[in-house]
Amino acid sequence: MAEPRTARPRTNAGPGRLLIAVYLLFAIAATSRAALQIATRFDEAPLAYLLSALAAVVYIVAAVGLARAGHAGRRVALACCTLELVGVVGVGAFSLARPDLFPDETVWSGFGSGYGYIPLVLPILGLAWLWHTSRRTQGAPS
Amino acid sequence: MTAAATTTGSPADGALAVAAIVLSLLVAVWALVAALRHRPPDRMQFIGLAVLELLLLGLALVTAVALAGGERPGEPGSFFGYLVTLVCLPPLAAVLARMEPTRWGSAIVCAVCLVTPVVVVRLQQTWEVLGG
Repeated sequence: MAEPRTARPRTNAGPGRLLIAVYLLFAIAATSRAALQIATRFDEAPLAYLLSALAAVVYIVAAVGLARAGHAGRRVALACCTLELVGVVGVGAFSLARPDLFPDETVWSGFGSGYGYIPLVLPILGLAWLWHTSRRTQGAPS
Repeated sequence: MTAAATTTGSPADGALAVAAIVLSLLVAVWALVAALRHRPPDRMQFIGLAVLELLLLGLALVTAVALAGGERPGEPGSFFGYLVTLVCLPPLAAVLARMEPTRWGSAIVCAVCLVTPVVVVRLQQTWEVLGG
């Protein structure tokens, strides 16, 4: 509460650190899943596996962006969270509408149902956190 | 010795795994209470994570012995991926909790300790695909 205010909004402390931890867990999960799928059976479902890889990259970059906490990091995190939200909603809808396009699961299939819907909640929390921290710094008296 | 244990059961499926799951959930509840009471991670959480890590390393050791004895997991790639991830989880929680000596540190411990049992179960599933 009483910590000195810095010019830069801190996205990597307090709840932000919890967010980074969860992002890290998903980065690990998505990376290993994508690596395994692409290495062992890429031709079975290329679209699904490339999306897994994309999701993995987005989670890693989002975690780094949040952890760097500067203006650039904030912008990177904002882009990643937005892309994630679009991805999880888009892929979720597509995987229900056209299951034939997704013969194998991705992190984002069924709105992330295979992962307790956390992939759906995570970008929303990320965006809320980014919004919250930027508001707090702008509104704070110096 | 139930029906599942009569065929050579999965090495990831014994008392060690059950103990790890139970301990992990206990630490998660403890850390959740700490987070709700605005407490930073306490000694109990770090001890819990350390014991959990020992259990998981024990699980890895049992698996290594089974592998040396000629047993093979059903999905080797996934299995070893989960195993490596699993033994990294408690140290990850401990490092992040040390960096964040606030209630959110406790929340991190809680989150990681909720994920750990899931990974243990997935580990068991990836061993058993062929055996079933």
